[in-house]
Amino acid sequence: MTRTMLTGNAAAAWGARLAEVDYVPAFPITPQTEIIDTLARWCQDGEMPAKLVMMDSEHSMLAAALGAAATGVRVFTATSSQGLVYAFEMLYAIAGLRLPLVLVNVSRALANPITLEPDHNDVLSARDTGFLQFHCETSQEVLDSILLGYRLGEHAKILLPVIVNLDGFYLSFTREPIDVPDLTEVRHFLPGFAPAYSVLSDKESVALGATVLDPSLYTYFKHQMHHAAEAALEIYPQIVAEFAERFGRRHDAVEEFMLDDADYVIVMTNSFASMGKAEVKRLRSAGKKVGLARLRMVRPFPVDDLQAVLRGRKGVAVIDQNISVGKGGILFSEIAAALYSLIDRPPVLLSFIGGLGGRRFRPGEFDGMLEKLEKSEETSAEMARPHLLFTTAEGREVGRFFAIAEREP
Amino acid sequence: MKREKYKSLRTISHQDSVVGGGPLCAGCGGQLSLRLFHKALGENVIFVNAASCSTLLATYPFTPLSSSWIYTAMGCAPAGAQGVRDALDILKKKGILEPEHDRKVVVLTGDGAAQDIGLQSTMAAIYRGLDFYYLCYDNESYGNTGFQTSASTPYGARTSTAPISPSSPHGSLHERRDLFEIWRVQKPSYVATVAAAYPLDLSEKVYRASKFSGPKLFIALSPCPPGWDMDPEWSVEVARLAVETGIWPLKEAVHGAVSHTYIPRQFKPVEEYLKRQGRFRHLFEPERDAETIAHIQATVEDYWHQWSPNETTTREPVGAPPRATEDPCKASLVSPTILDR
Repeated sequence: MTRTMLTGNAAAAWGARLAEVDYVPAFPITPQTEIIDTLARWCQDGEMPAKLVMMDSEHSMLAAALGAAATGVRVFTATSSQGLVYAFEMLYAIAGLRLPLVLVNVSRALANPITLEPDHNDVLSARDTGFLQFHCETSQEVLDSILLGYRLGEHAKILLPVIVNLDGFYLSFTREPIDVPDLTEVRHFLPGFAPAYSVLSDKESVALGATVLDPSLYTYFKHQMHHAAEAALEIYPQIVAEFAERFGRRHDAVEEFMLDDADYVIVMTNSFASMGKAEVKRLRSAGKKVGLARLRMVRPFPVDDLQAVLRGRKGVAVIDQNISVGKGGILFSEIAAALYSLIDRPPVLLSFIGGLGGRRFRPGEFDGMLEKLEKSEETSAEMARPHLLFTTAEGREVGRFFAIAEREP
Repeated sequence: MKREKYKSLRTISHQDSVVGGGPLCAGCGGQLSLRLFHKALGENVIFVNAASCSTLLATYPFTPLSSSWIYTAMGCAPAGAQGVRDALDILKKKGILEPEHDRKVVVLTGDGAAQDIGLQSTMAAIYRGLDFYYLCYDNESYGNTGFQTSASTPYGARTSTAPISPSSPHGSLHERRDLFEIWRVQKPSYVATVAAAYPLDLSEKVYRASKFSGPKLFIALSPCPPGWDMDPEWSVEVARLAVETGIWPLKEAVHGAVSHTYIPRQFKPVEEYLKRQGRFRHLFEPERDAETIAHIQATVEDYWHQWSPNETTTREPVGAPPRATEDPCKASLVSPTILDR
């Protein structure tokens, strides 16, 4: 085990290397490119025995991933944002063929407007595809999640691909101290890839992805996928426990931060949860009984874990770093559905949209959110709709941009 | 072309790796091409399929193929093939796959995918020098969706997106893209045009290709009875007419160097080919569209004027045979050299 400083991207590359992946189809996109540059260098130098192939688009990249996984090798790839959505149909194709592989998404807000800053509309757009999803707060978690992802996805009862998400710039390019485990240690946890299903390299011929015209048959296959994803809810804690024992780090589906006696809970994901935790600490030292729940596993959706940490609270605020235009926060809706049937569900459940295009929180915003939770003045119609975080000062900044753009020559 | 292996029909294998009884249309030129192609290619094949009529070949729980098969999506079969080929090589290197169980990777696609949505991934696979076969069965349309115009649709053809009406009486007015030339520009190991009506020519080309590693690409002219609006039993005859009128040159390119493998002794007028198909009926009824027919005839003659039958890649005109007269029925091109059929 080596302790070193690594960016999120470097940690992702190390995760792939330690997982001893066989094949990396690749295509560049900001802010993930450093991952494939690193892997290309290692594959070239012979430090990593994998084959890396530069493809002609992300759609082709995922097609190559599909072909290789279906032939029976361990596949890794990485993309972001526009690349993920360019390849979108292949996400359904890969998951539908029940091919385990790990795809690292370095989150970046989607065009238009085109930007480079992070938010989660890209990764969350994939939530229906059948890919399992881990959302990481730290570089350590990125490395560990790749190993956990292969272990989970390749499990014979699951056989689903996995997305590991990390925020662009805030995590991808931020150096943090991390423990890089030894390969020999990792091998005990993650043995070599042995497909638990028919692959194209088998001696017997096999037809994969045959047309299914019968509706009941199609339904059966989709139900199977769903059950497989649900099976991950039971299998994941076992894998987490084994990982914790071996490497000393626990990565539960929901991370609890200062929740023990919290009346109010803020729910967040990814790297901005670090900022949330800092705010919670500050509010705690000011006497507020507030905590933070970080949703780490997004698919399968950990209903039981969320019910356990959110029931009985006086109020919960969900900060979505995404927006479903015309509706609101994506995770807010999912959490609300998970809590609906509980007698002791929090009477106040508020939705806040923050972090779009990487928007940082402004001073006082967490105080403001907590105040809204405490006062509980929203009507039910208001509670169903998102609060869009934005300040007067930002309004003025935006106004300055417009003034320049509209200036007479 | 002097054939080394396929000198008579007896040399074609009796083994069928594509059995009948599947859901494709009677007289499907694509399926016939695939059958002949597979006979020449032999066993140990993985087909990587792009969305097309052929996607209906394997309909769960059945497949008519004794070979393996994987469906990718419409635009990315060559990329899928890259993954399959690379994985096979990785498994061989690791000692998990024995060399005798290696496979030939074959992309199977229609012209819609090859010309349009899949052109990028095809060019990229050629660029990377992927060791694979590529069989494009060309019915000159998006056949599976009901015969819409693709970049392979010939000038003057009726399609469901270029229907015939008083304001639009000519059919599609785009020239079909020369896919052979597009591929050839990257100098892949082997490119060929084939037609199932010439099974020895087709089989010999597969045999020749098999000696190369790298990209081995085939375009098979595939008459489509429902789309071309003709009787299924004319499928082979219409393919023969396409070649005999000069519309469909039979040729190959080895590392970019072209030679024609068959040139008709006497070219039939294009009209003999056009008249057999309902998708060109508007050129004859209710009135003869002499202009469009002449245009098609002239395009064919321009092509053959550029090729000397014996040389490769030269573009010097062949001793100026007579150009089309006003009545295309009377025109003929005489090749100065007699070659084997």
